[in-house]
Amino acid sequence: MMAVENAIITHGHADHARIGHQNVLATQNTIDIMKIRYGDKCAGSFQSIEYHKPLKINNLNFTFFPAGHILGSAQILIETKNSRLLITGDYKTSPDSSCQSYELVECDQLITEATFGLPVFQHPKPENEIKKILKAFEKNDTKTYIIGAYALGKSQRVIKLLRDAGYDETIYLHGSQLKICDYYISQGINLGNLEPVSYKKSEDFEGKIVIAPPSALKDKWSRRFSDPVICYASGWMSIKQRAKQSLVEIPLIISDHCDWNELITTIKSCKTKSVWVTHGREDALVYWCKSNNINAEPLYMQGREEE
Amino acid sequence: MKTFSSLLEKLLFTPSRNRKKSALKEYIGNTPDPDRGYALAAITGDFKVKNITASFYHELIKDQVDYELFKMSYDYVGDLAETISLIWPIKSVKIQDELSLHAFINLINENSKSEQKKIILDLMNKSNANERWSIIKLTTGGFRIGVSAKLVKLALAEYGNKNIEDIERIWHGLSYPYLNLFEWLENKSFKPKIKFSDMFHPMMLAHPINEEKDFNKLKPSDFFAELKWDGIRVQLVLDNKNKKVYSRTGDEISQSFPDIISNINGNAVLDGELLVGRKFKALPFNFLQKRLNRKKPSKKIINEIPAFVKLYDILFENGNDLRDLPLSKRRYILSNWLKLNPSECLDISKIIDFKDWNDLKQIKIESTEKFNQEGLMIKSKNSVYLSGRPRGLWFKWKKNPLFLDTILMYAQRGHGKRSSYYSDFTFGVLNDNAIVPIGKAYFGFTNEELKKLDNWVRKNTINRFGPVREVKKELVLEIAFDSINESKRHKSGLALRFPRIHRIRWDKPTNETDYLKDIKKAFF
Repeated sequence: MMAVENAIITHGHADHARIGHQNVLATQNTIDIMKIRYGDKCAGSFQSIEYHKPLKINNLNFTFFPAGHILGSAQILIETKNSRLLITGDYKTSPDSSCQSYELVECDQLITEATFGLPVFQHPKPENEIKKILKAFEKNDTKTYIIGAYALGKSQRVIKLLRDAGYDETIYLHGSQLKICDYYISQGINLGNLEPVSYKKSEDFEGKIVIAPPSALKDKWSRRFSDPVICYASGWMSIKQRAKQSLVEIPLIISDHCDWNELITTIKSCKTKSVWVTHGREDALVYWCKSNNINAEPLYMQGREEE
Repeated sequence: MKTFSSLLEKLLFTPSRNRKKSALKEYIGNTPDPDRGYALAAITGDFKVKNITASFYHELIKDQVDYELFKMSYDYVGDLAETISLIWPIKSVKIQDELSLHAFINLINENSKSEQKKIILDLMNKSNANERWSIIKLTTGGFRIGVSAKLVKLALAEYGNKNIEDIERIWHGLSYPYLNLFEWLENKSFKPKIKFSDMFHPMMLAHPINEEKDFNKLKPSDFFAELKWDGIRVQLVLDNKNKKVYSRTGDEISQSFPDIISNINGNAVLDGELLVGRKFKALPFNFLQKRLNRKKPSKKIINEIPAFVKLYDILFENGNDLRDLPLSKRRYILSNWLKLNPSECLDISKIIDFKDWNDLKQIKIESTEKFNQEGLMIKSKNSVYLSGRPRGLWFKWKKNPLFLDTILMYAQRGHGKRSSYYSDFTFGVLNDNAIVPIGKAYFGFTNEELKKLDNWVRKNTINRFGPVREVKKELVLEIAFDSINESKRHKSGLALRFPRIHRIRWDKPTNETDYLKDIKKAFF
C-alpha cells in the first residue's frame, strides 16, 4: 500500500494503517493507536470520526460502524442518494469484551474480508479455548506458559478472556505489548495486574502466564524461560498440522476474524445484492454466494497474508 | 473415545519425546482394560479397522456439505481427516453414554458397510472436531502423531519397570488388547509365555560407519566383514509346520515367494537378504522389484527371476534362543545348520578376510566400483542379537553416492507435518529439446530449503493437476543416488535408487544439466 493524500483507515493493524499519508480519517481509537505505534507524525494530519455520525465528502456520505475486530475498528458505509456500499474491514460478529461490539449494517454492495473464508473454519467458543490453559495449569503449575498473541488486539483479548475466566494473578508481558495494553486500560478495558517480563530469573516465571508476540516465541528472548509450554492464540490453530509446524503445544483457537458461518450469516443478513470478496480465501466464498444467487467477485488487492 | 482422542491430541502437540512418553504412561495407568490395549495397538499400527477407506469418508461428507466447498477446503488443509473433522456441520446432539474405544471398534468390525456408515455418522454428530479427527484416523489408519512403536514399548517398559529388550522380544508374539502383558507389567502375573517359533523377531540393524571417528576406536580383529547385499532384508521363520518369510518391518511376504517357501526346511529362525538371480548370482535391485508386491507371482516370472536368500545370522535353532550368544558362535551354528538343511534357495553371506581397516577400504572400493556392490557390513564378533539399532556393534559402510543435475518438473504437497508444503518433487533430464522425468524425491533438504522450494513452486506454477503443480522448467536440482537402472517407471526409461536432493542449484542454468544420452553412456 502506498502513501496517499487522503486515507480512510478501518483499524490500527499494520497491514491496514500505514505511515506517511497526508490526511487520515479514522476513529479516535485508531488514531491514538497509530500515534502510539508510529509516533505523532506518522501522518500529515488526523481527523477523527465518531461511530454512526455521517461525514459528507464529495457528495458521498461516509459513516463508521463498529467492526468488533479490535478497539476502534470500523466498517465504513459509503452512501449516495440511492446506493449503499459497505466495506467491512477486518471484522467479527461474535462477542468480545475488549472492544466495541460489531453492528450489522445493511447495504446494496458489500466488500467483505475472507481471512477464514473456507467452511473448515468454525471457530469454537473462546471462553472454552482459554480454559485449555487454565486446565493445563491445574495439572502442572510449575511451568511457564507463554502465549503467542499479536501485540495489538489479540493480546488484550486473551488477557481479558483470562480475567473473565477468573484468572487474577499478575500476567507478564513482552516489552512490545506494554504500550497498547496501557492504552486499552486508559480506555476503560479492565486487564488486571500486568507487569513487564524484564530481566528476572527463569524461576520467577514458574507457574506464570507470559504473553509475547508470536515472533518472540522462536527468538532468543524466549530462552530466558526454562522449558516453557508454548501456546498460540490464533484462528489458524484449528488446523492441527499447522499448529504443529509452529511447534505449539497448546493451540488456542481464538480469532478476531469472522469464521465461515459468521461470514455467510453476515452476507445473508445485510441483504446485499452483490459481494466483493477480498483478503483471504476468496474462491470458496464467491462460490457460496453464487450458489445462493448473490452476485460475487473476488477483489484482489495488495494486502496482507494471514492474520 | 474421549480419553483416547485427548491422548492423540496431546501426543500430536507435545514436541518432546520424553513428554510424549509420560503422556503414554499416564494413559496406560489411568485407562482400564481392554481400552488401553486397543489404543496402543492402534498407535503402533498392530490393528487396523477393516473395510473403511478414504472413499468411505468422501461418501459420508458428500451428504453433509457442498462437495465443491469440501474440495476447496481439502486442497487448502491437505489432510482428509482434518478437513472432514473441521468442515463437519456442528450439530447440538445430546450425548447420552460415552462410547468406549473397544466398544466402538467392536461395533465397527462386527457390522456391514451400510451399518458402519450409520454408526460413524451418528458418532460424528455427537463429537467435537478433535474427536472426529480421531475417529477418522483410527478407522483409516496412520495417525502421524510422531509416536513410534518403539516409544510405546519404552513407555510400557517404564510403566512396568521392566527391561525394554524383554518387551521387544515378546512383542510380536502378543496380541491386543495385551491383557497378559499388562498383568506382567503390573506384577500380577509372570512374563507372558510366547510361542517363539511362530512369530517375527525384531531385527538388529546397523549404524553407518564414520570412517574418521569409528575406525580409530575399533580393533579390526574384533570384527567380521561381509558384503552388503542390495536386496530386501528378510527373516525366515521355520518350524515343522510353518514356513514364513517376513520383511524387516515384520510384514509377512511368504505369498510373494512360493519358490523359497517350497525349497526350505528345518526348524530355525534365520536372518538374511532376499535377492533374485540364478546360482546365487544376485541381479540388480530393479529385477527384484518385479517380484515384490505380487501376491501370486506367475510360474513364468518365478522361472525368469528366481529368488534366493543370502543368510547373515541365526536367531533360533530347534526352539532354542541363540540371540544371547556371540555372533561368532551364531555364524558357526548357522553354517552347520545349512549343511544339515541344504537348499537351492539358501546361501551363506561369506565372511571377508581382512588385515586392517586400510585393507578393508581397498576391498570396499573394489567391490563397489568393480562389482557394483552396495557396500560392506562390519559386525562385532562378540555382538549378541539385539532388536533395533544398538550402538557400537554393527556398522554399514556404503559406497559413495552418485550425482546428477536434473530439472524440477512437478511438485506435490506432502503429508502430515508437511501437508501445507510442496515437498514431493519430480525431476527430469534433458532429452533433445524436451525434458523427461527420471525420478521423484522428497528428502535431502533442510526445513529452510523446503520453505524456499515451496515458495518457488507457488510462484512458478504453470499448471495444476489436482494436488500436483507443474512448474516452469527453470530450477536445477542436484540429485544424489545410490545406483541407476533401466526401468519403465519413468519416461526416461531409467530409475534411480534412493534418490535425494543433494543441493538446490539456484545458480545453475538448466541448459548446463545432464542429457539423457550422456547419462546412458556413462552408466551402461
